Amino acid sequence: MAFDQLSDRLQMALRRIRGKARLTEKDIDEMMREIRLSLLEADVNFKVVKQFTKDIREQATGEKILKGLNPAQQVVKVVHDALTDLLGGETSVFTLKPQKPHQIMLVGLQGSGKTTTAGKLANYLRKHESVNPLLVALDVYRPAAIDQLVTIGEQLSIPVFEQGTDKKPTEIVKAAKTYAANENHDVIIYDTAGRLHIDETMMDELKQIKATLDPEDIFLVLDAMTGQDAVSVADHFHGSLGITGSIITKLDGDTRGGAALSLRKVTDVPIKFMGLGEKLDAIEVFHPERMASRILGMGDVLTLIDKVQENVDEDDMMNLMEKMMSGKYNFNDYLKQLKMIKRMGSLGGLLKMIPGANKMMKNANVDDKQLVYIETLIGSMTKAERKQPALIKKNASRRRRIAQGSGRKVAEVNRLLDTLDQQTQAMKRMGTMDPSQLDPNNPLKSLQGAQPQQKKKKGKGKGKGGFRF
Amino acid sequence: MGFIKKLFQSKKRKDQAQKYNIGMQKTREGVFNRLNDILESNAVIDDELFDEIEELFIMADMGVDTVIKLVNHLRETVELKTIKDPEALKEIIVEEMFKRYVQEDIIDTNLQLTDDLSVLLFVGVNGVGKTTTIAKVAYLLKQEGKRVMMVAGDTFRAGAINQLRTWSERVDCAFYEKPQGSDPSSVMFDAIQEAKKQGIDVLLCDTAGRLQNKQNLMKELEKIHRVIGREIEGAPHETLLVLDATTGQNGLSQAKIFNDVTQLTGVVLTKLDGTAKGGIALAIKESTGIPIKLIGLGEKLEDLEYFDIEEYIYGLFADVI
Repeated sequence: MAFDQLSDRLQMALRRIRGKARLTEKDIDEMMREIRLSLLEADVNFKVVKQFTKDIREQATGEKILKGLNPAQQVVKVVHDALTDLLGGETSVFTLKPQKPHQIMLVGLQGSGKTTTAGKLANYLRKHESVNPLLVALDVYRPAAIDQLVTIGEQLSIPVFEQGTDKKPTEIVKAAKTYAANENHDVIIYDTAGRLHIDETMMDELKQIKATLDPEDIFLVLDAMTGQDAVSVADHFHGSLGITGSIITKLDGDTRGGAALSLRKVTDVPIKFMGLGEKLDAIEVFHPERMASRILGMGDVLTLIDKVQENVDEDDMMNLMEKMMSGKYNFNDYLKQLKMIKRMGSLGGLLKMIPGANKMMKNANVDDKQLVYIETLIGSMTKAERKQPALIKKNASRRRRIAQGSGRKVAEVNRLLDTLDQQTQAMKRMGTMDPSQLDPNNPLKSLQGAQPQQKKKKGKGKGKGGFRF
Repeated sequence: MGFIKKLFQSKKRKDQAQKYNIGMQKTREGVFNRLNDILESNAVIDDELFDEIEELFIMADMGVDTVIKLVNHLRETVELKTIKDPEALKEIIVEEMFKRYVQEDIIDTNLQLTDDLSVLLFVGVNGVGKTTTIAKVAYLLKQEGKRVMMVAGDTFRAGAINQLRTWSERVDCAFYEKPQGSDPSSVMFDAIQEAKKQGIDVLLCDTAGRLQNKQNLMKELEKIHRVIGREIEGAPHETLLVLDATTGQNGLSQAKIFNDVTQLTGVVLTKLDGTAKGGIALAIKESTGIPIKLIGLGEKLEDLEYFDIEEYIYGLFADVI
């Protein structure tokens, strides 16, 4: 996930002051320097960085903090709040206007991801707002841009309105509007051509389209990898068109995404969505607070919960759990579980949302292909073998056959058997556990009524000192 | 000292730099005319002045590390030579940028082509302008009298193959494609056989855009690179990272990881006709040694130039000197 580096740097800077009773001027200087460098490395606009560090310094040097009981904790909170604020504060919920159709224009530089985003957005709105969207292809300049949108529309079964490359975009929009009215489309998404923000002729074209359409929303699509120039881009687009929101794309890369941080601050336009991959469902609502938590390495459990709820059928899950606990768990169940996980998206992305996992997994390369291999392995088993894993365990020739059939190695078959075993064992233990037996060693229990002082001693690494927000 | 004056004394040089000048005019207005303001408005050289210079370079996306090193060097030089006049910093800055870029190497921006079939592989993240760049390179090589073929290696993105085919028609060069969804390595393999058959001089290979942290896609690219090398010894003769000038610090990560996978021979810096400065390309050269070979300055076929560090710096500082 993006923002990782930034959170590392901030954590480094803040770790030094943890456990201290008081912050000296020198502590704060040092911390500010780290925060400043970290944000600059993350491509946050330098003006924004200046303001940000100044704000934090003022709050951190305020008497309240210095004389407070736990200054480090308070500074973490100050940084977290300031970051949230920088990202826009509240989540900006996308709402459809009552009057139909709701028209959305997507604008941006070349290569920022407008066409893909148009498809994703249409798909998202159809799923979450139950609308009947229409995509309109207005990029008559880039070769095959219309083809691209038409193909995306086919993949999603969402109609695309296009009139080739001979007509002017201002004419196409008029025809599109009539078409949408006849076909009862209540959301129209216009995919405009990418253009430089300083190209006056092309910017004029956008102004004309805007005048013709009077759209409910104009979203600026911005690449998360953009550097310091992000501000100039946003300023120009906002200045000429009055954008109503923005969408940050390619956040699934390893960019630190500081452009997103500056964008909102400088233009005062909310970030509505973020793009997280090449698949057409890889779009999410942008949550400033969650993103700030992620920056600070606090994980993003909320998003994870959302994902699980959206993609996992609770009954299915309970059935699986019961099976696991009763020790009857087999490869059929395993396969079911895999499919659930796969629906939620990439494994790497999921792991990043779990607090702590982010750090641990830094060097582990999560390869989503592994899931596919496991599926083929299971696919090469007979029905009986799937039901009774013991059959495979006892018989080497069965293992060889499965390996051959799936094109994998015997060692992988063995590993899969081990994994299944471990899971079953772990769940069995949980199933037979008596809550009272657990008490003496239950770390949670001892934490609950404990004094803050004790907590500090107990904690190690993450969560040391009992930080809770 | 005197280096810059020498560099830009000749009228010929100035005329040559004119194209950069136009393309990068906005770039200059954005940042580097402020250098002049800063140097003129400060009577003395102090920490504040250095801070302002630092911010200017940061704004050009030159990379935090590079900038800190550069500014530290400026501080040292000022101390060593007891320079008092801020105006004198201009030449030192330009000279230092030049030295840092060149690093005593001999930088050859020419594309390495052989007498037989040469293969150029274009790689990069999504949306940097790989396909458009290939069209421009094809046009450039055609002007030089080469027989060129484009191969549509982006079999993933919707419309990518059509996009390249349209360009090949505009440039009027050979084109090789297989259906969307084909294994890109096999596309390259077949294209090479076809190019040999047709007596092509240069084969330009497009690839799908991929974020450098996507392991599977990088493995796919590694395979493409390997297959090309297996078919023709010494190929690909150039592996060029196409980099969007608006890219920030992530450009460094792109250069490092793509270089690990495909042994880059150069960078093509695109979209320099906007307000972005593309300073990250300088940081890439400094940290990985990979030089900038070509720059894109617009959407037209002829908007591609061989990179020249002197002209680039001149483009940035024209109104300073």
